Amino acid sequence: MRRVRIKDENLEQRIFLQRSLIAAAVAIALLLVLSGRAFWLQVLRHDHFSELSQGNRARIEPLPPNRGIIYDRAGRVVAENTPSYQLEFVREQAGDLDQMLARLTQFGLLERDDVPRVRRLVLSRRAFEAVPIRLQLDQEEIANYAVHRHELPGVMLETRMARHYPYGTLGSHALGYVSTISEDDLVRVDKERYFGTGVIGKTGIERAYQDELLGAGGYREVLVNAEGRSVIALGGQAGQLRSRAPRAGHDLRLTLDIELQRVAVEAMAGRRGAVVALDPSSGDVLVLASLPGFDPNGFARGISRRDYLALTEDPDQPLFNRVLSGTYPPGSTIKPFMALAGLEYDVVAPENTVYCPGHFSLPNSRHRFRDWKRQGHGTVDMHNAVMQSCDVYFYRLANTLGIERIHEAMNRIGFGAPTGIDIGGERGGIMPSPQWKKTVFKQREQQVWFPGETVILGIGQGYWTATPLQLANATALLAMRGQHFRPRLIRALIEPVTGAVEERAPQALPPVELKDRANWEVIVDAMVAVTTGPRGTAVRASRGATYSIAGKTGTAQVFSVGQTEKYDESKVAERLRDHALFIAFAPAEAPRLVISVLVENGGHGSSAAAPVARAVFDAYLAHGAG
Amino acid sequence: MYEELGASRTRRTVTATTRLMRALHLDGMLLSGLAAISCFGLFVLYSAAGDNTALWLSQLARFGIGIAVMVAIAQVPDHFLRMAAPAAYVLGLLLLVLVAVAGDVGKGAQRWLDIGVVRFQPSELMKLAVPMMCAWYLHQRPLPPSARDVIAVAFMVMVPVLLIAEQPDLGTALLVAAAGFLVLVLGGLSPAYLLAGVAVVGAAVPVAWNLMRDYQRQRVLTLLDPQSDALGAGYHIIQSQIAIGSGGIFGKGWTNGSQAQLEFLPERSTDFIFAVVGEELGLLGLVALLGAYLFVVGRGLYMANQCRDAFTRLMSGSIALTFFVYAFVNAGMVTGLLPVVGVPLPLVSYGGSSLVTLLAGFGILMSLHSSRKLLGP
Repeated sequence: MRRVRIKDENLEQRIFLQRSLIAAAVAIALLLVLSGRAFWLQVLRHDHFSELSQGNRARIEPLPPNRGIIYDRAGRVVAENTPSYQLEFVREQAGDLDQMLARLTQFGLLERDDVPRVRRLVLSRRAFEAVPIRLQLDQEEIANYAVHRHELPGVMLETRMARHYPYGTLGSHALGYVSTISEDDLVRVDKERYFGTGVIGKTGIERAYQDELLGAGGYREVLVNAEGRSVIALGGQAGQLRSRAPRAGHDLRLTLDIELQRVAVEAMAGRRGAVVALDPSSGDVLVLASLPGFDPNGFARGISRRDYLALTEDPDQPLFNRVLSGTYPPGSTIKPFMALAGLEYDVVAPENTVYCPGHFSLPNSRHRFRDWKRQGHGTVDMHNAVMQSCDVYFYRLANTLGIERIHEAMNRIGFGAPTGIDIGGERGGIMPSPQWKKTVFKQREQQVWFPGETVILGIGQGYWTATPLQLANATALLAMRGQHFRPRLIRALIEPVTGAVEERAPQALPPVELKDRANWEVIVDAMVAVTTGPRGTAVRASRGATYSIAGKTGTAQVFSVGQTEKYDESKVAERLRDHALFIAFAPAEAPRLVISVLVENGGHGSSAAAPVARAVFDAYLAHGAG
Repeated sequence: MYEELGASRTRRTVTATTRLMRALHLDGMLLSGLAAISCFGLFVLYSAAGDNTALWLSQLARFGIGIAVMVAIAQVPDHFLRMAAPAAYVLGLLLLVLVAVAGDVGKGAQRWLDIGVVRFQPSELMKLAVPMMCAWYLHQRPLPPSARDVIAVAFMVMVPVLLIAEQPDLGTALLVAAAGFLVLVLGGLSPAYLLAGVAVVGAAVPVAWNLMRDYQRQRVLTLLDPQSDALGAGYHIIQSQIAIGSGGIFGKGWTNGSQAQLEFLPERSTDFIFAVVGEELGLLGLVALLGAYLFVVGRGLYMANQCRDAFTRLMSGSIALTFFVYAFVNAGMVTGLLPVVGVPLPLVSYGGSSLVTLLAGFGILMSLHSSRKLLGP
């Protein structure tokens, strides 16, 4: 039976009150849970979330350091940082992208071929980001931009610091250049220090002293919103943003004299080759010119692929540093060293004479080693042999000395090993020996050392190669009568903030001691005779000099002439002509400057190379520079 | 006895203000609670809106409209509301069907009905019409409700809830369901039914999972592990927790919350404004706001208990508790306790419809309460 229920107001009110109280209790309990959750988030985990929030709002912006300035010997700036102008594009401000790019092309600010690349570049970045679309604008382009600025919303002219070499090509091989950091570079550098730095030294001083020049990058935190757009700090938002100031790199004071370098380069008159000048009393490199040079500014401002290919494919190899990396047969320039070795090993005395009929043959051999002078030099002693550059005398001397002693002596003078100059890329050349031949040649029959190979070393031919720097270095040793310094390009480092100068002392190497010190003078006298004697090979180049020059000419064969042929300069293709060499120091009695000159395919050392050295000597000694 | 004490105290402290309040059928205590939350809300919204002052001004205007609606409804006699309940429910149901057939799509959901000047969400109407209908149905019957009544009410609730959930608007569906369900609970629903209901819900979980849309499933999954999708669905929850957590005890200061001001916090002026409170005003701000909600709910329940019949009691209690559900669900989702279901923070979040509905509800509460006084002892 179904019970009939009627409404009971009191009961209902009681139930309602009871249920209300339960509901209120549940509500309070739930609010406590919420408060507990808030407590957990805001008190217990506060540090964790604070850090996340900081990471959200701050973006780290790099502050690039100022690269050190490079001064030459006299304090002239040879590498500096100058503002460069670039065009930046902000898509969201530009309206229609294609129309804007068309306008830029029309105003001569963008190459038509470049449009698709720039379009992709701009579209790959966020709409509010400033994307650099053109680097290093020239004056005309800046003027063009200024005139049309009102038609180019979203296109801005920005200033950035860029490396600038005021002397252009003049110092290119000594200074080297900076260029965009490559992936290969990134492997070997500390990325934090390079934060914000776009370039790195690639060659020369810029590379060797990259660490000192760089300094260290700084950073600052910039407030950003969720889109990554940087925002102007509002009120308390600006607080607690961290930053670290960048540290500028060290300035460098070079041993190089850029004006003397100019003299050398001008004296080369557009020919290919190398000129090195050293102060023999310290190893200071005053001139380091490899020709042709290149404009390092092109690399610093971002070289185009086309321009880079033009440089690498140029048959004159402008990027090749002939001074350090060019290995050439030294030719007759090594005759003074060979004579010195003869004296030191006591196989010859200065007054011993040799009859030169114009050729030399080994016993039991019909092969004739020819003298450059077909009719011969007649009877010559050491002095005359050096002065006239008699080949036969030195064929005989080399044969008497033998390969082992030649090798040992020339090694002590520095041939066959890098000089250790303080920039990279140097090669050691070859100072051959039977041992060397065994390691280089694979086939047994090629590993044999032939007596004839010793003979031609006497005139600096055969396997022997040396760099122009090695020749200068060896000449400096001669000039200093055995004292020896490592060649260097850096004299001092300057701390840019305090101005503190850290001088680098010249690096003396173990001196070469002779059994009889008088032998130095025998050789030096003969070298003075080269420029002053009655039949000296460099007399013309030193006529009228107010100081005494000790020198030696050299001519290095590029291709060999047959036994019966006569070498005819005018008929040989320019590229196959001999290299002209000249080594010298002056004043002979108290040397202040050592020079080594190489003119590729220049012909004779006396006519092509010696006048270059003369011009440099004149500039340095006659005007009392240095 | 209880009532007499309250009445006598009221009589002793009569002032010009209370006289005006009584004339306008308003409740001073409830009104102060609502005013406190609203002012707090406008204060926070000013910061959350950032540079967008227009947004803040438009919210201010909506408060004006909402208060006008509240005061107007407070003047409506309770018997009229009781009479209107079935009509409002049927009208709401018809409109929901109309929306499903011809509504506008906004933010990927079909919930708007364009009636010339205003765009209107019938689901908002149902927030009030459903509990009113339930209270109307139950007040004619003896309480606690019989099994048949429970089923009838459940049916009355579930039809509009499913229609709303299908739009899809999970948040509103949840609130409408809560409003109807709370009427049953306050009416004396037996705990046995409650347990049975829990069991049914438990059994319904797999079914619901299959019925859920992808984004709803994603929200549930993301709740369980926000880091699994840090830049997608989990982004909201992660960023809001960072905002609240980094606020600490005292907060970063008004308008100084980096998460909110730099737009890392999504929906900072609407559904996630609770995180702005946490970030800028700290734990103290959050607790103060939650305390204010508790005060309003408590006062609402107190007023409901003073009502003279089942309809007014049930309706008033449902309005008060639904307000709590609102606040709890929003705060729970923003702090990462509940899935993100799109429920605004009452009286604080930017948004017109829900604000007006809320204040209209409190208007009803006051109307019902004042009817007691007019006809009381």
